[in-house]
Amino acid sequence: MRIGTLKETYTADAALFDSRTQKVWLAVAAALLVLFPFMASDYWLYLACLVSINVASATGLNILTGYTGLVSLGQAAFMGLGAYTVAVLETKVGTPFVLNLLAGGFVAMLGGLIVGIPSLRVKGLYLAIATIAASFIAHFIFANWKFTGGTGGLSVPPATLFGLPLDTSFRLYWLIVPVTVLMLLGAANLFRTRVGRAFIAIRDRDISAEVLGIPLLRYKLLSFGLSSFYAGVAGGLWAYFFRVVTPESFPLLMSIFFLAAIIVGGMGSILGGILGAVFMTMVPELLKLVVDLLPGGSELTVFLSPVRTVIFGLLIIGFLVFEPHGLAEVWRRIRRFFHLWPFRN
Amino acid sequence: MDWAYLFEISLTGIAGGGLYALAALAFVMVYKATRVVNIAIGEMLMAGAYLFFTFASMFALPLWLAIPAAVLGAGLLGAVIERTMIRPLLGEPPISVFMVTVGLASVLVGLVEMIWTADQRRLPDFMPTKPIMIGDAFLAPKVFWGAMIAVVFIAAVLLVFRFWRGGVALRATASDQAAAYSVGINVPRVFSLAWVASGMLAAISGIIVGSIGGISSSMGVFGLSVLVVVIVGGLDSVLGALIGGLLIGLIEALAGAYLGGEYKLLATFIVLVAVLLVRPYGLFGTHEIERL
Amino acid sequence: METTSSPLLQVDGVTLAFGGVKALTGVGFDVRPGSITAVIGPNGAGKTSLFNTISGFYKPASGAIRFKGEDITHVPAPQRARMGLGRSFQNIALFRGMTVLDNIKLGRHAHLKTNVLDALFYIGRARREEAALRRDVEERIIDFLEIDHIRHAPVSALSYGLQKRVEMARALAMQPQILMLDEPVAGMNREETEDMARFILDVREEWGVTVLMVEHDMGMVMDLSDHVVVLNFGQVIAQGTPAQVQADPEVIRAYLGAGDVGDLRAKLQRAA
Repeated sequence: MRIGTLKETYTADAALFDSRTQKVWLAVAAALLVLFPFMASDYWLYLACLVSINVASATGLNILTGYTGLVSLGQAAFMGLGAYTVAVLETKVGTPFVLNLLAGGFVAMLGGLIVGIPSLRVKGLYLAIATIAASFIAHFIFANWKFTGGTGGLSVPPATLFGLPLDTSFRLYWLIVPVTVLMLLGAANLFRTRVGRAFIAIRDRDISAEVLGIPLLRYKLLSFGLSSFYAGVAGGLWAYFFRVVTPESFPLLMSIFFLAAIIVGGMGSILGGILGAVFMTMVPELLKLVVDLLPGGSELTVFLSPVRTVIFGLLIIGFLVFEPHGLAEVWRRIRRFFHLWPFRN
Repeated sequence: MDWAYLFEISLTGIAGGGLYALAALAFVMVYKATRVVNIAIGEMLMAGAYLFFTFASMFALPLWLAIPAAVLGAGLLGAVIERTMIRPLLGEPPISVFMVTVGLASVLVGLVEMIWTADQRRLPDFMPTKPIMIGDAFLAPKVFWGAMIAVVFIAAVLLVFRFWRGGVALRATASDQAAAYSVGINVPRVFSLAWVASGMLAAISGIIVGSIGGISSSMGVFGLSVLVVVIVGGLDSVLGALIGGLLIGLIEALAGAYLGGEYKLLATFIVLVAVLLVRPYGLFGTHEIERL
Repeated sequence: METTSSPLLQVDGVTLAFGGVKALTGVGFDVRPGSITAVIGPNGAGKTSLFNTISGFYKPASGAIRFKGEDITHVPAPQRARMGLGRSFQNIALFRGMTVLDNIKLGRHAHLKTNVLDALFYIGRARREEAALRRDVEERIIDFLEIDHIRHAPVSALSYGLQKRVEMARALAMQPQILMLDEPVAGMNREETEDMARFILDVREEWGVTVLMVEHDMGMVMDLSDHVVVLNFGQVIAQGTPAQVQADPEVIRAYLGAGDVGDLRAKLQRAA
């Protein structure tokens, strides 16, 4: 049972992690994150990096769609902008990776701002459809511009830290995970301030929000810009991780993947973004495991891709019908149970 | 300026547009009755085509049996979709239902790939094969006859909406569910009917499109163009679906011929963006007024 | 508590039209600083449209709105909020995704300075502003409106009466010079209405805020207001003190219709 969480100052009440148990768990999690790479196999390190990149991007989408209510199917395109920026800078200019990642974020942010400009006139589902159009246009540019390597794409040399190439999952872990953690903290902080509140207000009732003092266009653009910045950085990390960027690397299906991730995890909650991204990344891996264990295993692998597609769709539908607040809500229920135990409610 | 070529391309485009119009009609049917944006319309089209393929090629049923069977099957699919995934989300924000249709699209594509594999297939021919000549312009027979069939169905639907009680009920349910209930309209039944009709129209469209270009698990991309059509025409306008379809068909054909095949979708999407900026409710859609 | 200084808010010949329908025609009245002004009228008279025009949501076809002498007819709504026009809404417009405390804090948005970079790092300005805001909201607003027991509750879980109180709190957080309340006691029982009436009077006394309210509850209007403006079919048909307005035959006719019932009512009122 959770007792003794008395707060004596307003600042204490507003802290992100406010109880002793939470702080302990946080320390444990941090310790695990640090120890993990030394204990894990290459396969798990690879997964950890992939999960981390997806968490970063999903968090960006959550800011735009979960918190501000602007549905976007363009997250993959913005990641592509970031990835291509990093690829071009690494191959043609050779600037250090920190700069490249930031540049990737900025280019993606510009893309986001452009797509966001009509968001005052174009609302709701129309905006979602406009982002699909933007995705296609981006894909077209990637595939047909010689500067971006056309349909063959670009291969990316590894990021280097003081001459040491980050070319193994182990080394990249130390780049990807801290960046993701920083991005998560930033997002959590955002919603303790007026900026975050404004985003939520826009989602819940945008016209009233305006009369209450929130300039709609400015904040919608801010949301677009911020979330695509996140996507751009995630895309840059993606480029350093996979080391090759092609127009097919960021298809519309990937945007759907991220939207599914925040729905499954829980829109409008930072934890939801994390849970959703982890879940969606792990499901195909779990599937592979199951198929390997089944008796007719090797024959069934040809079904892997379509089954994955079906499960993907079923997850989206299932969560929307049965658990619209996602895994984060399930988590909250479990927490509430332990906070109140041995009482029922 | 080769006018004859332009005329020929335009003709093909308009005929193709007729097919877009039919599929757009399936979309509008659902939106008019339930205010749901069904992004899986292309995949429902695909499902209809594959059902026809199964009945005609795999079960070797004669055409006069296979086509109605496929259409009815697609209608049934529509009813199942409505009951299991749309009805439970009544009252939820529209974006949730939209996402459900995104999930549905995924499920349909995956199912098709599982059952029939991702390879492209050919549908049995059932349309006359004599080339159509209008003046000096050549029009592929399948495209022409497909457009004719589409026109027949569009006309039928237009009449139904106008004069049949069911059509009026559909429009009533769309504007105000509670009011429709209170005048005795069986709202859930109207919802089901709308989705059944939509499924059937999509199937007819799918069979025609499949006959022209073959069927595959990526046929659903047709739905993106249909989406543009309904936005241009107005999400809830039957007339808009018709005119929008012809327009988009024309634009795509011209883009394809004069700029190159890969520019088709690009041209369509540029039109989409332009329409969204200038006239988001489309040519004939109803303008929603926001109240504070 | 009336002053004879120049009006705080001036509505001057405002006409508002939606397509062919005229929602407001030549509406004009003054709101004196420190007063409580009520706008009354039958349903559909244009009261909420008037509020929306003053807030900046609607642009009038003609006429002007002046605040503290400055013409704000073309000033965008968010800026009007910053200038001191606070507002509550007829059909509660609380943000369901936030707690009571966050909803109230949102009212202060236009007066804060935190930008996105401050927010992401939450050091310096963001932290200071949030702490100061929290203290101010707790001590001045939450305490004042007696809603401390629900400060962390999600607004969707509250009763109607409490939600209305949170609306008021949010409007107060806007640090308004004029507080526009759209039907503040709609749907409330006797007790809740009296509480709200007390709050409105206290707001004027302790905060020096001018109140402009749309209300249907005649008891409240007559007891609280210094000045009453009567709208019917988008036009001002009478204005003055509550007593003057109550006796005005035009007003009686607007509410009760011409004919026997109206005459009877008028007779009864004169006798009372």
